[in-house]
Amino acid sequence: MNHARFILEFAVDRDAFDMEAYISRGGFMGLRQALARPPAKVIAEVKSSGLRGRGGAGFPTGVKWESVQRHKEPYVVANADEGEPGTFKDRYIMEHAPYLLIEGMTIAGYAVGARRGFIYIRGEYPAIAKGLIKAVEDARKHHFLGEKILGTDYSFDISLRMGGGSYVVGDETALLNSLMGNRGYPMMKPPYPTEEGLWGHPTLVNNVETLAYVPAVFTKGASWFTQIGPEHSPGLKLFCVSGDVHAPGLYELPMGVPLHELLEAAGGVKGRLKAVQIGGTAGPVYDDRALSFPLDYDSLRAEGGALGSGAVVVMNHTRNMAEFLEVTTRFFSEESCGQCFPCRYGTRQLEFMARNIMMGKGKEEYLDEMREIVTTMSVASFCPFGKSVALPVGNVLDLFGDEIRTFIAHQRYVKEAG
Amino acid sequence: MAKQAKTVTITINGTPLEVEEGTLLVDAASRADVEIPTLCYHEDLSPRGICGICLVKVNGEYVRSCITRVREGMEVVTSDPVIRETRRKILELILATHPDDCLKCIKHGKCELQDLAERLEVRSIPYDKYERGLPVDRTSPSIVRDMNKCIGCGRCIEVCHHVQSVGAIFFHNRGSHTIVANAAGQTMGTSVCVACGQCVVYCPVGALYEKEAVERVWEALADPEKVVVAQIAPAVRVALGEEFGMKPGELVIGKIYAALRRLGVDYVFDTNFSADLTIMEEGTEFLHRLEKGERLPLITSCSPGWIKFAETYYPDLLPHLSTCKSPQQMMGAVVKTYFAQAKGIPPSRIVSLSIMPCTAKKFEAQREEMRDSGFWDVDIVLTTRELARMIRQAGIRFDQLKEEPADPVLSSYSGAGTIFGATGGVMEAALRTAYEIKTGKSLPKVEFAQVRGVKGVKEAVIELNGTQIRVAVAHGLSNARKVLDRVREAKERGEPLPYHFIEVMACPGGCVGGGGQPLPSPLKKREERLMGLYAEDSALPVRKSHENPEVRALYEHFLKEPNGELPHTLLHTHYEPRDPYRLRKNPLREQVSTPE
Repeated sequence: MNHARFILEFAVDRDAFDMEAYISRGGFMGLRQALARPPAKVIAEVKSSGLRGRGGAGFPTGVKWESVQRHKEPYVVANADEGEPGTFKDRYIMEHAPYLLIEGMTIAGYAVGARRGFIYIRGEYPAIAKGLIKAVEDARKHHFLGEKILGTDYSFDISLRMGGGSYVVGDETALLNSLMGNRGYPMMKPPYPTEEGLWGHPTLVNNVETLAYVPAVFTKGASWFTQIGPEHSPGLKLFCVSGDVHAPGLYELPMGVPLHELLEAAGGVKGRLKAVQIGGTAGPVYDDRALSFPLDYDSLRAEGGALGSGAVVVMNHTRNMAEFLEVTTRFFSEESCGQCFPCRYGTRQLEFMARNIMMGKGKEEYLDEMREIVTTMSVASFCPFGKSVALPVGNVLDLFGDEIRTFIAHQRYVKEAG
Repeated sequence: MAKQAKTVTITINGTPLEVEEGTLLVDAASRADVEIPTLCYHEDLSPRGICGICLVKVNGEYVRSCITRVREGMEVVTSDPVIRETRRKILELILATHPDDCLKCIKHGKCELQDLAERLEVRSIPYDKYERGLPVDRTSPSIVRDMNKCIGCGRCIEVCHHVQSVGAIFFHNRGSHTIVANAAGQTMGTSVCVACGQCVVYCPVGALYEKEAVERVWEALADPEKVVVAQIAPAVRVALGEEFGMKPGELVIGKIYAALRRLGVDYVFDTNFSADLTIMEEGTEFLHRLEKGERLPLITSCSPGWIKFAETYYPDLLPHLSTCKSPQQMMGAVVKTYFAQAKGIPPSRIVSLSIMPCTAKKFEAQREEMRDSGFWDVDIVLTTRELARMIRQAGIRFDQLKEEPADPVLSSYSGAGTIFGATGGVMEAALRTAYEIKTGKSLPKVEFAQVRGVKGVKEAVIELNGTQIRVAVAHGLSNARKVLDRVREAKERGEPLPYHFIEVMACPGGCVGGGGQPLPSPLKKREERLMGLYAEDSALPVRKSHENPEVRALYEHFLKEPNGELPHTLLHTHYEPRDPYRLRKNPLREQVSTPE
């Protein structure tokens, strides 16, 4: 296809750790450019590029950098706790273009005045962590990290930390708790991590993909960025397509690409599209109405959803939505951090009911009860995780309530006619 | 100079309220006479915002009032249909996993979950019940932990880690499988738990409770062969009344003596007596060490939770601990020797019963070292709460009882003995006696106000015959850590020692705040109990341990002299360092039983 790419440009080499190849494609040019200007200017350029956090919340990256309080030794943390089901973009970056992450982090560190950075990588990625350690060492050898980077006065280094394997640790405050050796529980905001994060120091937490796009702001320019995609969500995005399409995988496309174009890029839907979940397991489930949705932060928010990690899970006409409900609620019940009651007890009860339905022991009342529970959770949960459970569960009940009622009545899945 | 606190104006349900900036919303509301329902929140502990029951609406958004601080212009709504429904739903979700055995539960009538269900009108639980089938841990001699009843509010963890700095229990697992458990596969009996019972005090439900011994006492009382001899700890006399509708701090010792006799106890003695005895031994020990200048600072040893804490976390400071047994154990030892001989009763027939404000006393009584006379010093330990249950079972109208005296020989006491139940009390009692022995002069003023009160660490300098004695008093084990770390650091650096004499009590407030006291037992109630003890002290004719006539007689006829040979055999003990995370196979672990 004929469109701009950035991250995937770097992912074409056979050996991802080949420093020469990375440099020959323009690697570390962004860092050189950034180090040549004062930090305030670096932040200003990231702001003008309109880059927004690729982890899910879509917060303007430059604004976040600016809010890091510089007076007290800030830290930079790369959020590589990629736990969202159907999401494998950060993994791809770290496996195929690890220097992009290192370069982006170093620029971020320079911009906010940090001397130390951490990559918090999920525990399920041990092999990738090993590779990253090597990449960090190589970068250090080539003076892209460590003391006096590229002969300037700026020094910055990166350490790796492995996660304990919790989904909620993807939340930045929970991640910081985990990084400090505590249980991965989300913390109260304010204070925001940019004011008080790791060990009380101001801390910038950015997603791997966000950081990997940072060098582009300096090599291609902020205006290159703003030219792509919608005005308020510019740039490129990595989309992860999985499920019932002919060519599931990773696609780098402009922000705001309509869903049907992304699915075409992924080889098209196998059979008839029944449901699609966008943004991860905590994102809403849509029917084929979603095909026309532009995939960017603001458009999806307007549809009551979120772009999230950019995961798109496609389900065709053969899929049983009661099973989807069971898998989803079990996931929530296992992956809730368990700190607050609405989420701890709510997900448990949801899982219990969904499993009963699947085992042929469902009751008609379950549908109302499930709805009540997710409403309670959306009002009273401590963190966005618990609040978001209402999206997939509520949507499935809205769109596929009849199918689930039929399942309950027949105590089994009844195939759709046709 | 303290900065003048800034106030902000908020409205609560439309009523304007001026409060200090940064006040928690839940506290601010109570000043406007609005009591927001709470479950995981406790005024003594730092709020965690776990349960969501205290939900309120602030400027249109639903937030937890226990972790939200007031800001200028907040418009707070504490009750609307969404709030009421959400609170009830959360309760229903909890109750769907909670055993329906309120009638059999030790916390029946005192359970915060039960109260809330009543208050929020939970009339049915729409959800399917599921049993968790978790183990009941009975391995501790003091505390039972029933994880099926645990709602996971985290208060026990908060108090164990942050107030006590013990760290015996943690949240384990994730999501809906979250439970509270000991680290590294340990149990309450094998873990670093010091049995202080503060987790029991702060548990809102029946998941944590004392290991009951009531039935054993009934058995002993019914056995004609047995002679039951009871002692009552200082802090019990200003708290037991609460179980019968009386005020915290109200002195009910005469009624306790009477009630024990009604229950069939043969001899009623008083731990206050042996508190005076402890001062004779410990005060003498202190003066000896001071003279020789060795093993200073001397650290008190009356609090068994503190002893286990020291053995676990400060084994290097064990030589500094007083070798004196606690008053409970001293009384037991004297009962089975001096008293048994005087009355001609074989010690094997004596059941030595103690009524304690403390759960750790159950642990202390069964320590191997505690049978120097050839018999266990103390056979059965009851908490204040358990005694109240016995009194209720027997149908005794406690508040109507006429006061009676205790039995002679081991029950007279001084004001110094009674303040043993208060933080700073052991120190004050010891100073009264040490001063007079050392100087040979009468104290002009017996009160040492510097060591009184509820400040976490209290320090004072007392002049003793020209020597400046530096003392420190800590209550709550995290405060003890502060003092001990100073000592440890000074020792490591070879600096002069910061103190000569240190008093440590494991529980905040001292024994009046013990894990066995009537519930609820918030800090403000503990302060009232403290006042009760000091009031009794100032009303007593004898206020110094060495002037206690029965203690004098005991030395004259039996023990001879303080720190002498016989006292050393019967009244002193030793301590062993503990390996905090012994991971070897432990037979106790096999005893974790499943629910009956």
